[in-house]
Amino acid sequence: MSNRKRQPRALYLAMVPGLVLAGMFTFYPILAAGYYALFDWSGFNSPKMFVGLDNFARLMTDPFFWGAFQRSLIFLLGTVPLQMFISLWIAVLLNNQLLKLSNVFRTLIFLPVVTPVAVIGIVWTFLLSPFNGPINGLLLDLGLLSRPIDFLGSSDTVMPSLIGVYVWKWLGLTMIYWLAALQTVPEDVYEAAKLDNCKGGRLLLFVILPIIRPFALVILLISAVGALNVFPLIMSMTNGGPFFSSEVIEIFIYRSAFATAEGTRTQLGYAAAAGVLFGLLIMMLTLLQAVISRRSGKKS
Amino acid sequence: MKALLNWPRRLVFGERKPTRGVAITSLLLAALCCLWIYPFLWMISTSLKTTGEIFMGTGLIPETPVLDNYARAWTDAHMGSYFINTVLVTVGSLIIVTVCTSLLGYVLGRYSFRGKSLLIAAFVATVFVPQGFTIIPIFEMLSFFKLSTSLWGLTLATSGHAMAIYVLLFAGYFRQLPDELEDAAIMDGVGFFRIFWYVMLPLARPIAVTVIIMQVLHAWNDFLLPLVITLANPAIRTLSVGIYAFKGEQSIDWSGMAAASTISVVPIVLLFILLQRYFINGLAGAVKG
Repeated sequence: MSNRKRQPRALYLAMVPGLVLAGMFTFYPILAAGYYALFDWSGFNSPKMFVGLDNFARLMTDPFFWGAFQRSLIFLLGTVPLQMFISLWIAVLLNNQLLKLSNVFRTLIFLPVVTPVAVIGIVWTFLLSPFNGPINGLLLDLGLLSRPIDFLGSSDTVMPSLIGVYVWKWLGLTMIYWLAALQTVPEDVYEAAKLDNCKGGRLLLFVILPIIRPFALVILLISAVGALNVFPLIMSMTNGGPFFSSEVIEIFIYRSAFATAEGTRTQLGYAAAAGVLFGLLIMMLTLLQAVISRRSGKKS
Repeated sequence: MKALLNWPRRLVFGERKPTRGVAITSLLLAALCCLWIYPFLWMISTSLKTTGEIFMGTGLIPETPVLDNYARAWTDAHMGSYFINTVLVTVGSLIIVTVCTSLLGYVLGRYSFRGKSLLIAAFVATVFVPQGFTIIPIFEMLSFFKLSTSLWGLTLATSGHAMAIYVLLFAGYFRQLPDELEDAAIMDGVGFFRIFWYVMLPLARPIAVTVIIMQVLHAWNDFLLPLVITLANPAIRTLSVGIYAFKGEQSIDWSGMAAASTISVVPIVLLFILLQRYFINGLAGAVKG
């Protein structure tokens, strides 16, 4: 950047609103969460008691925390590959120049992305309901089932159901990212591949994917971050139930901090500590991912 | 007669005769799309049925469409006022976010000063922090400023929550713009803010569109933050939280809830269909940038 030293005052003035906003809602909360994690603090109006690293020690042996952590990871590993592959497949189909209806298809597949998550949660709760829910109705009519499945009410089916709904909700966004990536593939690549009689899966795997690999990494990262922010979907569909079998970390934090269940007390310090620990674990995963992608970037 | 028979084919495939591959792909995708949007069709259909008709398990088309459900959702379930709250929060946060992040991104992208790389690194580090992580301090700070039960507080927090990524998008875009226009304006003695407003911001329109669309989606969809802030003041609930509360209070009123859902889906879907090109290009810009 050219060295422009004029008007430093205007420069700082321009930064003030953004920095104030970021300071209040981005930087301060992260530092404060780390600070609160060191206290026993049972409610917004009660005093805080310094307990050092006690909260973390308790988390280490809290089966609910690790259960929730495990479910967050299962959710991540269950959704991201599905979402990436199916959306890539659809994007490749839609990228076909001869497909005149591709804009219509794209719009329809994108619809769930713009739909509020809470609405999706409600509608899918009905669709999956064992009492007159249309999906169970269809399966019963087709003779595939003898009695309805309680998709969201049994601990065996609740996570796969949530993963399915999540993928349905966000697939359109990943598809748009893939389509943007596919646009960067030059036309003559396709022509050359055609001359070499390379098509279908081979074309995708050995010709297209290497070209769009930088995009693939960004898309992977965006999808992974998204899959960790599943609070609204799970909250509006199952509240983390039945019997905690869909309680991911964010629900665990919310439950600890705002104690929605009766007979439990709010533990703000403990919830903050859970957030910190989870954030650290995720940061480690992100760093690991960055190291791997840098290494693979160097090779090519 | 022949032209009459051919128009559907022309509509779907254009002037050229379709190859078999394209025809099969179209059919496959059409079937997929019908399944894909079934939840929306079901939602609209249910919102027009009486409670009795839903449980009889008839098809998608209601026998006699009724609008009662909409009236019930709009007034009894307060969807009307929640709708206004959501619009206020979305528009308010949109203005705040665009002004703050474009200015900050402009400075970060085009000027050098001490601590700049540290600031950028700090923003990058926060992009991956999940929402649940910061909700307690944010709520406490809003309480401190007496904003924790007000629409202002909700608007401010909604603006601040996702801004790191926008700042980085703006900074990245401004950085790669050529110097000449800006230099010429500086030579002419144009002030800093006027250069930003009249020269640089118009050049950054593609990324501004991206940011605006991402923020509209974020604000309209946001759930955790409005849920926490409206716990003590149900009057300022947004649509998302309102629907969630509706489910808790009236879990058997399927048609009322379907109507409430339709009310909160239709505006954003219409906006999307009208501005589709900008949505798609804008979101694609997030990956390219």
